Parts: sequence; C-alpha cells; structure tokens
Amino acid sequence: MSLVRTEAASPSNPGPPSDSASVRERLRNAETVLWHRGTFVAAVLPFLGLAFAITVVAIKGWPAILVNGTHFFTGSTWQPGSTYGSTVYPHGVATPQGASYGAWPLILGTVQSSAIALILAVPISIGAAIALTERLPRSIARPANFAVELLAGIPSVLFGLWGILTLGPLLARDVYPHIASIMPDVPVLNFFNSPTGHGEGLFTSGIVLAIMIVPIITATTVELFRQVPSLNQEGARALGMTDAEVTHSVTIPWVRNGIIGASILGLARALGETIAIAMISGAILGHTAQNIYSPMTTIAATIVSQLDSSFTDATGFATATLAEAALVLAVISVVVNVIARFIVHRTGKLGGPVGRG
Amino acid sequence: MTFTLEAPARPRHRRRVSQMIFRAATLFALGLVLIPAIWIVLGIVLRAIPHFSFSVLTHTSAHGGLENAIVGSFIIMVGVAIIAGTIGLGAGIYLAEMSATSQRGQRVDGLLRTATEVLAGVPSIVLGFVGYIALVVGLHWGYSLLPALIILSMMVVPYIAKATENSLAQVPTAYREGAEALGMAPGYALRHVILKTALPGITTGLLVALAIAGGETAPLLYTAGWNDQMPTLALTGHQVPYLTYPVWAFYNQPSNSLRYLSYDAALILIVFIVTLLVVSRIIVARTQRHADIRR
Repeated sequence: MSLVRTEAASPSNPGPPSDSASVRERLRNAETVLWHRGTFVAAVLPFLGLAFAITVVAIKGWPAILVNGTHFFTGSTWQPGSTYGSTVYPHGVATPQGASYGAWPLILGTVQSSAIALILAVPISIGAAIALTERLPRSIARPANFAVELLAGIPSVLFGLWGILTLGPLLARDVYPHIASIMPDVPVLNFFNSPTGHGEGLFTSGIVLAIMIVPIITATTVELFRQVPSLNQEGARALGMTDAEVTHSVTIPWVRNGIIGASILGLARALGETIAIAMISGAILGHTAQNIYSPMTTIAATIVSQLDSSFTDATGFATATLAEAALVLAVISVVVNVIARFIVHRTGKLGGPVGRG
Repeated sequence: MTFTLEAPARPRHRRRVSQMIFRAATLFALGLVLIPAIWIVLGIVLRAIPHFSFSVLTHTSAHGGLENAIVGSFIIMVGVAIIAGTIGLGAGIYLAEMSATSQRGQRVDGLLRTATEVLAGVPSIVLGFVGYIALVVGLHWGYSLLPALIILSMMVVPYIAKATENSLAQVPTAYREGAEALGMAPGYALRHVILKTALPGITTGLLVALAIAGGETAPLLYTAGWNDQMPTLALTGHQVPYLTYPVWAFYNQPSNSLRYLSYDAALILIVFIVTLLVVSRIIVARTQRHADIRR
C-alpha cells in the first residue's frame, strides 16, 4: 500500500515549480518528501547495523579462523596456552604457546540443549494452544493468556536464577535419580543412567530452555489456530467428529507449516540463549556431556563467561577465538531464523521475539 | 421391523473416552505452561520478600541497596525508547507506507525488510560482543551508556519496526481514501489520520521493546559494565549500573547481604514486567472498546 500515489508528491518528481503554487502547497509537498526520505534512512539503519555486526565479528575472528582451522569444529580442547610462555606465530598470527581451541563441546552442547528444549516444548505448546482456543471458560482463558504473556516477558536472568536455585536442586534430588534407576543400560537410553549430578547440567538447561520457548510457540500457534476458517471446523463437528478428530484432520493440517515455523523460531531463541544457560549449565569447558545430567556449556554461554578471562591473553588470540565462536553462533541463528521466517511468512503469520539473552 | 437410532454401544463409548482423554491431555499441556509461570514468579517473590526492605530503593549498591541500578535501568530504557523508538517507527512507516513502485526500488525494500528480520535473529550475546569489540575497546568509549544504548537499540529496532508495520497494515483503506478525498497531502494524512489510528499497536510494540531492554543481561555485561555509584548521564567513559547485573553477579556470592540484593533485584524486575504487561493490556482493551476497525 503506497502512500505516495500522486505523481506530484513523488520524491523523484516533487511537482512542477509553478508560480501559482502557493507556499502552503509547497510546504505540503515538502513534508511528504521529508517523510519519505527520513523513514528511508531509518529503514536503512537496521541493514547497516547488521552489516556492521557481521563485519566486526568476521574481522576480529579472522586470525582465529586461520589458526584454528577445521580443528575448531572437531576438537574438544579449550587451552588458552601459557600467558607467561613465549609467543608463537602460526600463519603469522601471534598466539600464546600451547593455545589450542576446539569448539566441538560448545557446538554439541548448543545443539543438545536446544534439541531437548524443542522435544519438550513443541507438544506442550500445541496442546496448550488447543486448550486456549477450544471452548475454555473465559474465567480460565484470560488468566491463562496473561500467564503465557508473562512467561514470554520474564527476563532470562530470572529463568537462570530460578533454574539454579529452585528447579535444579529439586530435579537432582527428587526426579533424576528415579529416571536414572528405571532406564535400562542399552544404547541411547543409557544416556539417562547415573551419575545424576547436582542439577546443573544438560537436562536442567534443556528443561529451562523449553519453558522459555513454550510461550513463543504457544502464542504463534494460538494465532494460527484463530486463522483456521471456522466453517471447516464446524462442518467437521457437524459430521460428528470429536475434538481430537477435528484437531487432527482439520485444524492441524491447515496450519502445519506455521507450527513448524513457530517451532523453528523457538529453536532459534534456544540456540542464542545466553545468561540462563551460563547460570544453569555448569559451564564446563573442554568436555562433551557424559550423560544427560552432566555439566556442559553452549557457544553463547562460553562467550559470556570467557570474555573476561580472554583479556589476560596479551596476544588477543583468546578474544579472536571468541569472535570466531560468535560468528559461528550468528551464522547458525541467522540461517535457522531465515528458514523459520520463510516458512511462517508463507502461511501468512508474522514471527515473534527470538534470540534474546 | 423396528429401527433403532442408537449406534452400537461400544464404539460410541470409545469415542466419548477418546474425547475425554484428548481434552484432559490439552488441559494437562496448558497446566505444564501455567505451572512454571506461577512457580517462577512465586519462587522469586517468596525468596525476596522475607529479606526485602524499602531502604533498598533509596540506597546505592555501595551502601547495600539498588537505587543506582534502578536509576541506571531507567536511563537505559528511556534512551532506548528515544533512539530505537525513532528508528523503529521510521523503519516501520517506510516498510508499510513508502514501498517503492519501481522494480529496482522494490528489490531494495525487500532487502531492507529481510535485513531487519535477520537482525532480530542475531543472538543478543553476539551483538553485545560486537559492542564490546567495536565500541567499548575499538572507539575507546569504555564501558558506558552510549555503547549500551546502541547495542540494545540494534536489538529492539526490529520489534518496533515490525509492530509499527503490522499496525499500519491494519489501518482501514477507507481512512486513507477519506483523507485523500478531503484533499490532505500524504504527509499530513500520515500524521493526522494513519499514525493516529495505528498508535495503540505501535505503543504496545514499544512496551515490548522496553521489556526487552529492561530485562537484558548478556549484551549489557560487556557494554554498560557495572557501577555501585549513582549513574551519570555521561555518554562515554562512565560505567552504568542496571538491574539485571546484581541478579547475575550476586546470586552465588558467599555474603548473605549480596545474595539478598540479588533476590531483591529479581523481585523488582518481576514487578516491572508485570506492570508493563498490565499497562499494555489496558491500552489494548481501551482502544478495542472504541474501535470499529478491529480485525
């Protein structure tokens, strides 16, 4: 929908300068042109900001990309090297002797915790969205909607505080031992075997991430369900279908792509989550999780917890490595986001907040 | 010969049971969403209340309070509202109202729109890292207000732009046509008719952005720093305290007073978020009562 419809008001052609045109007329045209130019500048700024951010991370991370090579994606060591030792120059880059960085545990931790979050959050969100749209009494629906919005608005540092002080210890004491004791020692399921730890680790992180992304997926799914034509649903009901059958064969097929998109948006948020994971994960470097209760870390949590100590590396190589990690995280998140938005857009629903920390 | 209208008993029974199981399952899922929400809020409130005293609101962190952090967060939010509000509003207006007619222009608009959405997907810690590298160290600004405002604005501009674009798209065509028929210049119509109609939606988007700006931790740690004195309005060179820092930095300290300060900050954050939510609900409810234009 274009506001600038008339030729006379278009910025490329601000109207023929005519003596008869009153000052007022010119002012009006000038205002329109001003709106056009001013808002264009504002619309270009996010583009410039994005280009700036990616350029900074790429330039800062370039030495690390050269030195770390493919080892960065496969190795598990996280050795800053000796701060007091001599400086060596692989590929012409100053690095402390013995420095060796492999981000495989960080990448795996990011993927594992986000996968747990997604597995838990998607069914719960769809169920909750069905409950919120299907004939719930108003006295329940309104507070429930408010609670979902509240959950979406709670700062992640509070999820971290609650996870580390309340949820983690509770799970480690009353839940994890029981899960570990009933799981047989067979491949895949032995990932659930003991030791069950103290509540800081992969499983707790995944559960808290799930709670954080549930409101995103739920809110988007509720919006999608409201767009399903009621005639189709009423027709299905008139044929005698139960709620389950209507949902399964009318509602869900209508919005399937949208739900997939909403779930991927939730995934993007989980991948980029920082502070809560830095508090709950146990923040262990150089190891992948031994079982589902083990301490771990993610790319985002490592950046926030290691940036401080990276300053002690006088060559700046530790900071460069963190920049490389940030670049990897940014690329993963952006790709996931673009896919999600593409899918959601195709179904006509606009996305919600992602990538906070 | 007699007909019975009743279906065979067992399948119908099974359908009723499946109906009940389905409803129970969806309500259970809803419960799994509501219980954590209530649990987190109550958990934080109950942890903070026993040790809370109102002197926290009137003393700086140097003297065992949070006044500096509250003022700092307020300054940061006002700054973000001004910077990101202006840019986001402008970008939203451009994307909704000023879209180009030429093919090349449309391609540029598509690029700008995509960039805005991609920016929304960049994790906040990455932006915080960029702020640290480029602004705090690169430009020698030090931990201070300006890098924090720039980085937070980069985070929330996409939300404000999207909210603006969406609510402008919902302004009825009849309003635009009416304005044009009355001979209003496009700029005048935008100010007096279109933006006015879209204002509630824009305000809600701005409140969401404020909630994000007030609740962020990761990007502020390495841009704003921390300060146990009252913040100044100096744009560079002075570290700025903010409310999420004590939660993150003090919760595992050995000293009781510091840990209580962490819980107090969490309580204030909860109160702040609930207030913002209630305000945005009131705005939406009031405008919906008067509007004849809702979807």
